Amino acid sequence: MYGWLWRRLPGPTWVRMLLVLVLLAAVIVALFGWGFPALARYLPFDDGLVGAAGSESLIPRS
Amino acid sequence: MSPTHRRSAASRHDAASGRRAGSRPGAAVLGVVGELLLTAGVLVLLFLVWQLWWTDVVADREQSGIIDGLEQEWGTVDEEQIAPRQDGPPPVPDAPEEGKVWATMHVPAFDRPRFPLAEGVDLESVLNVKGAGHYPETALPGEVGNAAIAGHRNTYSRVFEDIDRLEPGDSIVIETADAFYVYAVTESLIVMPQDVEVIAPVPGEPGVEPEDRMLTLTACHPMYSARERYIVHAEFAYWTDRADGIPEALAADTSATESPASDAGGED
Repeated sequence: MYGWLWRRLPGPTWVRMLLVLVLLAAVIVALFGWGFPALARYLPFDDGLVGAAGSESLIPRS
Repeated sequence: MSPTHRRSAASRHDAASGRRAGSRPGAAVLGVVGELLLTAGVLVLLFLVWQLWWTDVVADREQSGIIDGLEQEWGTVDEEQIAPRQDGPPPVPDAPEEGKVWATMHVPAFDRPRFPLAEGVDLESVLNVKGAGHYPETALPGEVGNAAIAGHRNTYSRVFEDIDRLEPGDSIVIETADAFYVYAVTESLIVMPQDVEVIAPVPGEPGVEPEDRMLTLTACHPMYSARERYIVHAEFAYWTDRADGIPEALAADTSATESPASDAGGED
């Protein structure tokens, strides 16, 4: 899979290395910016609310 | 090299590659599976880096911007001046709109002693970005009843990271545009997430008419888990006018560097 990608990249080794770094950076930016925030919605391991997560119906009216 | 030699070398090579070719489809699949597993491992690590570090970086930046903005809007407080305790009922802030940062909190016992307080407890629009969040429909600071506030403990700037450090008598201070409200911790509890009675107007006794001014903090527990909730109750102690300077509870904070020295002197 990665071997195939490496063979697909054009240019000499150093250009390929550079391209790989750019691709990696793009993937990380995409994950940190959109991927992980979207995923975190389904993994609320830091939910400090009482009542159901995100549901205000369980919070007693004063 | 003689042609014979070359041929024999070539046939050895063919034989070797023939053996490999026999198992090649399986090996290729295994190779891809291996790469996918490695990729999955790296993704999990990256997710942890994002959750435990990057969310802090982003939220810290956001929150210091919010505090700077509030300082500009409210004017600075004279931190040299200790404001006298006010008798009489405290002013109650106007009901804030959802999502608005309407106060800051000071907890001298925390490593991060000051952070913004916004209205609402929605994760994505309030708690993940702005700091602590006030449960709508609960009392406001200074009001009779129970002002309930939620905050993160492990991620997104972790405003309540040190919540388990609070002990009875410790101060929790809420600063609004007009006043400082000083509360003193009464007790800490660990409850289940569905135990909403902790934020009832009389903590633990839903349906009872409140007479006291209470404050309740909620955060997740244990660390890095949302299995239980860490709850801190505090009782209103006094309030001060923001124009008069800072309350005594926060002054102790700035003189903390002096008091250990004088304590040491006393022991000698």
